[in-house]
Amino acid sequence: MRLQLKQKSVLPGFGLTMGYTLFYLGLIILLPLAALFVKSAGISWEKFRDTVADPRVLASFRLTLGASAVGAAVNAVFGFVVAWVLVRYTFPGKKVVDALVDLPFALPTAVSGIALTAIYAPNGWIGRLLDPLGVKVAYTPLGIMVALTFIGLPFVVRTLQPALEDLDREVEEASASLGATRFKTFRRVIFPSVLPALLTGASLAFARALGEYGSVVFISGNMPMKTEITPLLIITKLEQYDYEGATVIAVVTLAASFILLLGINVLQWWSRRRAGAA
Amino acid sequence: MLGTGTAMVVKVGRACGALVAAVVCVVGFLSGVSSAQAQTEILNVSYDPTRELYKEFNEAFAKYWKGKTGQDVTIRQSHGGAGKQARAVIDGLEADVVTLALAYDIDAIAEKTGLMPKDWQTRLPNNSCPYTSTIVFLVRKGNPKGIKDWGDLVKPGVSVITPNPKTSGGARWNILAAWGYVLKQELGDFAKLSDPQYAGEVAKAHEKATVFVTELFKHVPVLDSGARGSTMTFVQREMGDVLLAWENEAFLAVNELGPDKLEIVVPSMSILAEPPVTVMDKVAEKHGTREVAKAYLEYLYSSEGQMLAAKHYYRSFNRESVPEEYLKRFPDLELFRVDDVFGGWQKAQKKYFDDGGIFDEIYKP
Repeated sequence: MRLQLKQKSVLPGFGLTMGYTLFYLGLIILLPLAALFVKSAGISWEKFRDTVADPRVLASFRLTLGASAVGAAVNAVFGFVVAWVLVRYTFPGKKVVDALVDLPFALPTAVSGIALTAIYAPNGWIGRLLDPLGVKVAYTPLGIMVALTFIGLPFVVRTLQPALEDLDREVEEASASLGATRFKTFRRVIFPSVLPALLTGASLAFARALGEYGSVVFISGNMPMKTEITPLLIITKLEQYDYEGATVIAVVTLAASFILLLGINVLQWWSRRRAGAA
Repeated sequence: MLGTGTAMVVKVGRACGALVAAVVCVVGFLSGVSSAQAQTEILNVSYDPTRELYKEFNEAFAKYWKGKTGQDVTIRQSHGGAGKQARAVIDGLEADVVTLALAYDIDAIAEKTGLMPKDWQTRLPNNSCPYTSTIVFLVRKGNPKGIKDWGDLVKPGVSVITPNPKTSGGARWNILAAWGYVLKQELGDFAKLSDPQYAGEVAKAHEKATVFVTELFKHVPVLDSGARGSTMTFVQREMGDVLLAWENEAFLAVNELGPDKLEIVVPSMSILAEPPVTVMDKVAEKHGTREVAKAYLEYLYSSEGQMLAAKHYYRSFNRESVPEEYLKRFPDLELFRVDDVFGGWQKAQKKYFDDGGIFDEIYKP
């Protein structure tokens, strides 16, 4: 077994790096996770059930999952466009635009939240224009989606960029010379080969959105049953010194996102295989 | 697979954030403390709106202490939401003194850590509150909606801004203030609350209060997570007609954000907001700072401490040493105490704000 592994690897140092990887993942990921589960292990089933079945908690799960999914979906579409433009075209100021994409990464989340609220509040630049139309963004679920879209953008663009750069232009030319329309070339040639990267980017954006607290609390309005996100409920429980309740919600969120991410990875693996076979 | 790995880091970091961050912070903190033990140093863990007060008070105290004992003392300050600060202390932040927004948070520290006796609040005068405040209304200049008292908050077309009492200690005072106002209107005298003879009347008054507060929250469009967030929503986003705020916060908002845009309305009666202070006995003993920590809190009650509290818009416990120019900021109004009306914070928190409490009922679909 050992020999086989060693044979597969071209580079030396497998044992060292693999050992380091396991140690590192254990320390950074598994240890806090284990602490969370150990804490929740002492909680009675009734408490667990009551906490999770609380209509307020359920409403927050729906909102958080839904808004995160919308944010990720919007980013998948428009992030693709941004990545496409950045990879395929040259234009003045391209470097600046490229750098702009990273801003949501770099900004403290509270700053993003306050800035977005300032813009989308009924007296803000955009909010002022939308308000007469009856469209309210800040302090509604729509505002939460805006914030989650904002913070998720870099994940999609940055994972798509290398995939698009690697794309062989000759394949497109071949497709065109064989008589495919532009749309068909996009749909049958380009899209399948970047789909795995797109899925990765979107799932990263989704995962980030699930746990996002800082930027959302400012724009959401935090109205019970309507605009309360799950991380806010965790803070709410902690504020009452209800560590158990907070742990329960955290564990459920964690389990849900793990299952979702696993599903997306399976999907990605499947699409990559399909793309490879095609 | 890379995708999952990175995503999980993000996820885990968020989910266990409180736990891990607290531990990391505290470890960092402790190592910092032990390396700088050469001169006397105490850590005061406080809540947000006392930042300006303690900045000035700490300088005054250091001077006083140097003059009295010849010893140099450095006071390190930590500010944040009161609940968050209390949790940091519970999780191991070694505060020599805590100066928080409500007794409930310090009770929680005493109960969960045992670092000071449970009767900590009896150790200093005035329930260990060297300064107090109250809940007032902040309205737009000229008071266009004519808001004078609590009853005006539920008039049609009035929109009220207050933080979420689930996450903001300050907001809990707001609700209790409104509640107490209705009880007083109905009963005429708070003494009836503890008199079994009036049990029926009291129950009815509580029902009225429930109706009033439920109605009040129908006028609330946004529940920010903290008091400063609500102030911003009210002042910068121009949401709402009235902001329920601590008096000292209301003054800060008027002075710093717009004397030409805002004014303070003091209702006929309100709640006495009592932010208490205490020494964390066992921490101070361990650091060898018991004496200086005790003197630090006592100095808050001195004439200079009282003057500084008033300067920073808190109502002083002892008004004698406070100059007239500060005193006239604080109009007289009827103030009632949490202990007298609600039987203390422990009870109030459980009945009104914990999960399944009255506040949750308001938002039951």
